[in-house]
Amino acid sequence: MKRILRAIFGHGSGRIGGVIVGVYLLLALLGLLGLTPHNPITQYRIDRLHAPSAAYWMGTDLFGRDVASRLMAGIGQSFTVAFFSVAFATLAGTVMGLAAAWLGRRWDGIVMRIMDVLLAFPAILLALLIVTVAGPGTWTSVVAIGIVYTPIFTRVVRGPALSLKAREFVDAARTFGSSPSYIVTRHLLLNLVAPLTVQVTLALAWALLTEAGLSFLGLGTQPPAASLGLMLSDSRNLMETAPWLMIFPGLAIMISILGFNLLGDALRDILDPKTRRALA
Amino acid sequence: MNYLLRRLATFPLVLLGVSILVFVAIRMVPGDSITAMLGTEAGLLTPAQRDALAAYFGIDQPWFVQYWRWIGGILHGNFGISVTYGRPVLDVILERFPLTLELAILSMIIALAVGLPAGIYAATHSEKPSDLGVRIVAMIGQSTPSFVLGLLIIYTLSAGFGVLPAMGEFAPLWQDPLRNLSQLILPAITLGFAFAASVTRIARSAMLDVLSDDYVRTARSKGASARSVIWRHALPNALIPVVTLGGIEFGYLLGGAVIVEQIYALPGLGRMVLDAILQRDYALVQGAVLFIAFNFMIVNLLVDLAYVALDPRIRLGEQ
Repeated sequence: MKRILRAIFGHGSGRIGGVIVGVYLLLALLGLLGLTPHNPITQYRIDRLHAPSAAYWMGTDLFGRDVASRLMAGIGQSFTVAFFSVAFATLAGTVMGLAAAWLGRRWDGIVMRIMDVLLAFPAILLALLIVTVAGPGTWTSVVAIGIVYTPIFTRVVRGPALSLKAREFVDAARTFGSSPSYIVTRHLLLNLVAPLTVQVTLALAWALLTEAGLSFLGLGTQPPAASLGLMLSDSRNLMETAPWLMIFPGLAIMISILGFNLLGDALRDILDPKTRRALA
Repeated sequence: MNYLLRRLATFPLVLLGVSILVFVAIRMVPGDSITAMLGTEAGLLTPAQRDALAAYFGIDQPWFVQYWRWIGGILHGNFGISVTYGRPVLDVILERFPLTLELAILSMIIALAVGLPAGIYAATHSEKPSDLGVRIVAMIGQSTPSFVLGLLIIYTLSAGFGVLPAMGEFAPLWQDPLRNLSQLILPAITLGFAFAASVTRIARSAMLDVLSDDYVRTARSKGASARSVIWRHALPNALIPVVTLGGIEFGYLLGGAVIVEQIYALPGLGRMVLDAILQRDYALVQGAVLFIAFNFMIVNLLVDLAYVALDPRIRLGEQ
């Protein structure tokens, strides 16, 4: 763990990505704990559409709510959805990918055809459909985004798991009488940690994007709770009078995704054995 | 040929799965389509009128009868009647599709025209400041959501130049090409920007891989000019991952760009599906999703076939 952290900070884009993600995690935590400069839903009616100032660092919105505080609460919200949905997708995808690879034949066919069906749906439409069925809200977004990204994890796990299964050390373990569950968790799963880590980091970037998109369409987090996508969507009609309403949430979404993308790239360089040699 | 047939044989199976999934899902949406269609006026309907309407749209039947009728209809080219539009579903879809297709093609042209040269340039100037510059721009591009970029473009235009993007009634390409292009160019740039960034990154890394290969070194040592090495020897092989990425991305764009269509008020496939879901227009959602999934699968198949064209060594279906 320590070695990986050191490698990330020794890697140009890893350093930048790591710092960005770290700052965001802190902001998200503060936002979730309510440790914001102002209450994110309190309406300071006298100060409606106040430009950024010492009292309101990023200005106020149409209802006189502090944009900086809402931004922090929104980051907390977006990160919660992103983390849980990626956790969902990773767990479901890993279990199904391993099952497909280990059980093979009929199970492999069934699982992968189901994944083909899910993949044939455009991501945002599938998420939209799930959200409309279950009604918009935080946990619906988690499940919707989780389901959308499950096929990707299934594929990421199944391919390498298939080739690992055919390796000598798995045969050897079988000969020694290791139980299938031991082989799957010990020999397959442990060897899949590296590709999974990279995929998880990149999936967090997509999940943030999808969450923001759903909220932007009004199908994610519901008002008055703050969410980056919602803030951006609300800013549309006030673009000319109060550009800060658009610029800050827009930048916040962009930089968070950038952070995870940079980190994911660095992790891929560090964890991929082919490039690891080149770095050493 | 065998491969093509086997791939085509999986189409009905996947489409069957898609059809069941969407059929079940849209029926789980709370509320019924008649109330959604008529709004408050639905309260004025007598029970008999309501039953008559339900019978007209076939939604009074048990679900398996509805499904059976729907699938049977599709096999005869009948996708059902849209509750919202009061017209055949296929007509509504085909009316929206040209815009979506045009937008997808324009975005892809932008992505390839910008991304390919940028990627090749970065790879051939690897580890120089210009390479770093291209990589930074590409990374930022890839991390910019289309709705952030779209709003930024609109804001810059209106605040900086006092102009608004051409909205209003959409002009089809064959009726008013100039107006059509002026309406679609900004959405295409919005979608094409992130797409171009991905193309740049993939083209750069593929090109770098290929440039360090033995056959490229051989070509160089034989005295081939730098230009010929890049264009004749390296590029064709570096194109394979670009084709994959471009194809998948294009396939997704054919499903409609919900958010960009929303921002620029374009009547494309994406917004139509969103509205249809919100209106509980069962037939339209089902038909559209099936249509989109089918297109997506066709594009993926074409991508696979393109591999063979680019690299004769690849024999599909042998793994």
